Amino acid sequence: MTLRRYHAARWDEPLIHQIGAPGRRGQHFPPADAAGLVPAGLQRQTPPDLPELSEPEVLNHYLRLSQQTMGMIGVSLFGTCTMKYNPRVGEQAARRLAGIHPAQPAETMQGLLAAVHGLDLILRGLSGMDRFTFQAAGGADAAWTQAVITRAYHAARGQGQQRTKIITSLQSHPCNPATAATAGFEVITLPLGENGYPSLDMLKAALGPDTAALMINNPDDMGVYNPEIMEWVRLVKQAGALAFYDHANFNGVMTKIRAADLGFDACMFMLHKTFGVSKGGGGPAVGAYGCTAELAPFMPGPLVVEEDGAYRLETPPQQAAKVREYLGNLQQVFKAYAWARAMGAEGLAEASDLSVLLNNYMEMRLLTLRGVTRSHPGQTSPRLEMTRYSLGTLFDETGISAVEVQNRMADFGIDAFWLSHEPWIVPQPFTPEAGEMWSREDIDYWIDVLAHVIDEAYRDPDHVRRAPHNQVVAKLSDRDINDPANWATTWAAWQRKLA
Amino acid sequence: MAQSRAHPFMPNSAAGVKAALLGELGLTGTEPLFAQIPASHRLRALPDLPPALTSEVALSRHLHGLLDRNRPAGDGLSFLGGGIWQHHVPAVVDEIVGRAEFLTPVWGTPSSDFGRNQVWWEFTSQLGALLGLELVGLPVYSWGAAAGHAFRMAARLTGRNRIIVPAAISPERLAVIEGYAHSADAAMRLDMVLAPCDAVGRLDPAAVAALADAHTAAIYYENPAYLGGLETGAAELAAIAARVGAQTISGVDPLCLGVIAPPGELGVDIAVGTIQTLGVHSHAGGGLGGFIATRDDPRYAAEYPTLLNSLTTTVDGQLAFGLMLFHQSSYGSRELGKDWTGNSTYLWAVAAATYMALLGPAGFAEIGQLILARTRFAATALAGVPGVQVAASGGVFRELLLDFSASGHGVAAINAALLDRHGIFGGIEIAPQQALFAFTECHDEATIVQLVEALTEVLA
Repeated sequence: MTLRRYHAARWDEPLIHQIGAPGRRGQHFPPADAAGLVPAGLQRQTPPDLPELSEPEVLNHYLRLSQQTMGMIGVSLFGTCTMKYNPRVGEQAARRLAGIHPAQPAETMQGLLAAVHGLDLILRGLSGMDRFTFQAAGGADAAWTQAVITRAYHAARGQGQQRTKIITSLQSHPCNPATAATAGFEVITLPLGENGYPSLDMLKAALGPDTAALMINNPDDMGVYNPEIMEWVRLVKQAGALAFYDHANFNGVMTKIRAADLGFDACMFMLHKTFGVSKGGGGPAVGAYGCTAELAPFMPGPLVVEEDGAYRLETPPQQAAKVREYLGNLQQVFKAYAWARAMGAEGLAEASDLSVLLNNYMEMRLLTLRGVTRSHPGQTSPRLEMTRYSLGTLFDETGISAVEVQNRMADFGIDAFWLSHEPWIVPQPFTPEAGEMWSREDIDYWIDVLAHVIDEAYRDPDHVRRAPHNQVVAKLSDRDINDPANWATTWAAWQRKLA
Repeated sequence: MAQSRAHPFMPNSAAGVKAALLGELGLTGTEPLFAQIPASHRLRALPDLPPALTSEVALSRHLHGLLDRNRPAGDGLSFLGGGIWQHHVPAVVDEIVGRAEFLTPVWGTPSSDFGRNQVWWEFTSQLGALLGLELVGLPVYSWGAAAGHAFRMAARLTGRNRIIVPAAISPERLAVIEGYAHSADAAMRLDMVLAPCDAVGRLDPAAVAALADAHTAAIYYENPAYLGGLETGAAELAAIAARVGAQTISGVDPLCLGVIAPPGELGVDIAVGTIQTLGVHSHAGGGLGGFIATRDDPRYAAEYPTLLNSLTTTVDGQLAFGLMLFHQSSYGSRELGKDWTGNSTYLWAVAAATYMALLGPAGFAEIGQLILARTRFAATALAGVPGVQVAASGGVFRELLLDFSASGHGVAAINAALLDRHGIFGGIEIAPQQALFAFTECHDEATIVQLVEALTEVLA
């Protein structure tokens, strides 16, 4: 086991406000006479306190900051986010969409609309749903789409006052309960049973004439699949509620199951996760929301409609509300279309197989490491795309936490693993997701590094505790940034608080 | 043939590698790994999808064939705006947002993400300087999403549920806001009261004063207004809000703040707006991004739904960055958090940070003056076109409402003729005979004259 002698670039690059010189310019615009064009009382009196820099200074500053970011150049198995290769052919081609204005006539963007419609058809094929919208600007926004459609659907049936509760599980992504609550629903969160999913009895106890919807992930981010999900959906629909499938963890089950076949009314896919679109550090993203024909009239529009090879835009008749202006992040939809076309059905099946295979291979190796356990040991079937591990034993025996392990692993070019959404159901959780983009050598390296760090934790815990050592900066101090006297999101606030 | 080859995106699809991995698990195929899924749930055949284009040359040909069927407005002469605008994107910005370190990852550790976190902090710092406000959150989806969250913040801060909103607001934005204002729980619903506006979208402070009362959670105005007017009543609107104990929320395009008084100096409590104008292409609507900003006051900080990136220190005393008040986000508290957050438009924070650094105070002053001057030039020139009336009273920025009633022509026909006969994308239809035309630094006087001549011909 030879570990890489990685070391992050360290430029000691100052803050942007600390560089430059008065009078320097990074962009010129043609001079113009605007005298008298700003109404009295609305003129800016003092120039904004912005840095003054030349163009090359700005370029080098931000290039250095990019070098001080590990990104996907290291190995990132950030669980739940499904780290993917972002095909450069799609990234490159999508640049030709940069100049499209969303309000330009549909006839002038037929190629883009063809790709949007093409991806709609592909997602219909993968889900069995009748129609997709790409307006939601992320997975959480797609959950929000479900919440607003749920509101409109029950209101249209005269049951808006009655159906006030949305049911979810402790293992659903936080966006599900959070968007439900924002939309005005009461949230019922089902705890997990011993197999890692809530029991049917728990669901039955929660269901009633006041249930508006179920919002659920399956498999969840522990790789546990609820084998009773069809019965769940049947009961939810029998109660007059809607069943929404948060397919955040679709990677392991692509081409294996379809949301509509399981009875769901709606589902969502994250194009910036499962479908190969660049994540941008957290967007622009797309939550592709698909639903049955029964819910389609409530979808946020406009939607792309194909007729005789021509594409036009159409707003659904009972549109619940828009969840984003215009049609959404269409350049990302185009990239997802490119990825899906490069994969094809066989490629998607292969990616699913490989992501589950690699997760199980990782699990086999990780469970041999001292101090590593996994959640729900009674759940003996192979996990799907992820496994929830615990470093609780390591913590008890060495005092080293999962966050400290994460920091030390970064010293070897391994970026953070995912810990767990709140609430933690195992102590010191960690959740790597192997996916299909990393080679076996990458995965083995990742495991070797963890093994090395665990070994260090037992031999020399202080070395791990003080990590990272090879990064741009050391670990954060315990300065309390939840204290208003300490926090600063801007240079001005920082300067004032320093004074 | 293609199926037996390893897929270019999947290193472990090489037959030998996959077989070896299966061998480690004592398997010859992957099927046993899916044992959790009951057979009755399984799809029996592969879904019918279009054939794979695993060869980049074939895929590229297909993609560019599609792209050839587009005619991007921004590649020619376009006057489309109304919430997403064609502004010049400096080449340096495109290079920085294309850096793989920023483009492809999501989260790392505070140390491995250090550079990216610094860029984010420089985004909030520079935006705060333009706004004259010291607390700025990481970006949200759009101006509409920002306004929706801000209205809910105001409702929580005041315990009231009525928001006064200009009637002349972007319908796209309003449709998004309505989603945030509505509630399945009638007691939680926000009522939006649309207040009358003049021809350039400016509110009538006397009318707002008459509408504001003890139920008013916030008065919301935009600067510049949707129809281009600079909000001359800003100070008065803030005074009215203060008088009834309501919040003042301003929607603002930061691009004008080199020349226009910032929200921080106009008595604004919560500022929202777009970041698309700060170095982001329109991307068919995918260039949108929004922000929320306030005074650095714990009472306001406690209501932010966004992630908040604070300066802090490392154990050895270096500057570093960390998320503050994480517990109040939906990641921290699920349904008990403030609204919700998730993936957003963080790459555009990188674009905007770079853009603001390139412009500096002089660049923002220049671009503001240039857009004011170009808008004035266009207003004067277009007023000379027979059949066109231009709304441009009292200070306008970038947008002009053109009324074609006197010409007898409708916007749809005019825009079709402009495009077909002159290759010009006309403005956004506001009414059958009214359209909103946008003029930015990308339009020089010659192109405005081109529009004037084309309109003269079309309306003749």
